[in-house]
Amino acid sequence: MSTVQDVSAAPAVAAVPKKAMALGPMASLIILALLIVTPLFVKNFIIFQMTMWLIYAIAVLALNILTGASGQFSLGQSAFYALGAYTSAILMEHVGVNYALTLPVAGLVCFIAGFLFGLPALRLSGIYLALATFALAVAMPQLLKLGVFEHWTGGVQGLVVTKPDAPEIFASMGLKVSQDMWLYFFTLAVTIVIYLLSVNLLKSRSGRAMMAIRDNEIAASAMGVDVSLYKTLAFGVSAGITGVAGGLGAIAVQFVAPDGYTIQLAIALFLGMVVGGVGWLPGSLAGAAFIVFVPNIAEHISKGLSGAVFGVILIIIIFLLPNGARQLAYGAQSLIGKLRKH
Amino acid sequence: MELFTNQVLAGIATGAIYACMALAVVMIYQAIDHLNFAQGEMAMFSTFVAWQMMQWGMPYWGAFALTLIFSFVGGIVIERALFKPLAKAPVLTHVAGFIALFAIINSVAGLTWDFTIKQFPSPFGSSPFLGSQLISTHQAGMIGVTLVLLVLLFIFFRYTRVGLAMRAAATLPESARLVGINTSWMIALGWGMAAAIGSIAGMLIAPVVFLEPNMMGGVLIYGFAAAVVGGLSSPLGAVIGGFLVGVFENLVGTYIPGVGNELKLPIALALIITVLVVKPNGLFGRTIVKRV
Repeated sequence: MSTVQDVSAAPAVAAVPKKAMALGPMASLIILALLIVTPLFVKNFIIFQMTMWLIYAIAVLALNILTGASGQFSLGQSAFYALGAYTSAILMEHVGVNYALTLPVAGLVCFIAGFLFGLPALRLSGIYLALATFALAVAMPQLLKLGVFEHWTGGVQGLVVTKPDAPEIFASMGLKVSQDMWLYFFTLAVTIVIYLLSVNLLKSRSGRAMMAIRDNEIAASAMGVDVSLYKTLAFGVSAGITGVAGGLGAIAVQFVAPDGYTIQLAIALFLGMVVGGVGWLPGSLAGAAFIVFVPNIAEHISKGLSGAVFGVILIIIIFLLPNGARQLAYGAQSLIGKLRKH
Repeated sequence: MELFTNQVLAGIATGAIYACMALAVVMIYQAIDHLNFAQGEMAMFSTFVAWQMMQWGMPYWGAFALTLIFSFVGGIVIERALFKPLAKAPVLTHVAGFIALFAIINSVAGLTWDFTIKQFPSPFGSSPFLGSQLISTHQAGMIGVTLVLLVLLFIFFRYTRVGLAMRAAATLPESARLVGINTSWMIALGWGMAAAIGSIAGMLIAPVVFLEPNMMGGVLIYGFAAAVVGGLSSPLGAVIGGFLVGVFENLVGTYIPGVGNELKLPIALALIITVLVVKPNGLFGRTIVKRV
């Protein structure tokens, strides 16, 4: 029995115009200035939270490239995040590599893993892909606990990672930079590099090819876009960036363990993307803020019902702001425009 | 050989759990074309409602029937309140909605009935079935209920007006509307039925895995695996898929060294991915030919 279905149905992800994917130079500079100045005035714990915020922002951005640009789903980003974290941790603790140098390796390992996972994923779309990646995320913690790798991964116990000190240049210049502060600025630098690379990637030929696939796969292939190559490439790039975020996360938390990378993390990253606005890269920051800070707020409102409060907030966002933070930013922009005219 | 037969029997017994859940998954997939990630939580909530009624002194079958009605109405209410307004939204928004639903139900159940493990009675008892140690009367009863449910569904979808209308609304909504079918209510009905079937699955599973807010986590993934193996568009396939997953899981655990309890979820993963790659529509699903 076979059914014929028209393909004209709506794509899985609403299309985002290419120009709308990044912020203007002015807004970017203001946000950057805020990101640089704020940590100078707050406590170490808040600096640590801000570091985690940036790290999650990188991971959300990676998912945004996959879903927002190439239109593929993933509920399995936590698996790549875990892979990156373990790569960094093992290199630092067993091999003794400098923490900064472990990040490119983590990115590369995850790029390859993502590319390979992208191959079977080619045959799946929409909800099936969500399902396959969901299964990947669920299976990951158990794979990490396997006895075979225990020598390297530390099994259930995980690995403790040493927190890096600030380079000695600062001390010789008479500046006192705490470990948290240094790690924050290090993360910020990595975030900026990744953000710029991603914006450029989406502006490039490859980025346009991915967006063509997202909007209409058949039309794209008719135009000569190599659909399988760009789809797997998007998976690889996304996994690679997630891996870098995972490596940074391992360094910041100073600890990796299988139960830190459950399906909860994958779902959180997915929600971060929805809240930030699918396909809008700066939204990753807003989405990551949602992941890091809203559970705290929910816990404040009601301890026992924090899950319910979280869910209700999410539903409110879906209903009122289906395009997430992007809609908010655009609303603000047009409001400012109107005020200027008067 | 005896070991093999025993393991297959035990596999069928656990497979019945997956089959139940897979049936509910396929039902909702038929109605709305999405996989409901909150399905397991809805079933868990219904089971708690049944448990609560029994605590208040209601007999098993009375609580059973009332829970079915409650779940049916609950499913419809959720659809009307939450998902009908989202009907035109992209798939992504739906998935976020399912996750929100998951978080809310889990948290409310945890607060109302707390996280301690509770016993749930079985209407079939738990003595050995036909003298076999591997399969209890409860598990045999569970297989029986699943099969009866399957036959009822088959009759419903093949021979009743409403069933036919639901199928029409799911396959070709436009044409269904043109012949006077209220497609929007058919979707709500699908939600209600899926919730009711889920509640049956929950009440049958609870005596085995015990009742607590997180009881459905693993079961749902195997349910998904079963539904994928059988093909998401076929209720019969889902049931057979459930039994296959159960048997497969047991045989792999017995015969391949190094695969103990710790690798059970990766097996489900491997199974899902293999089936999706080799035969994306599952063993019994229908192929959808796309037309530009």
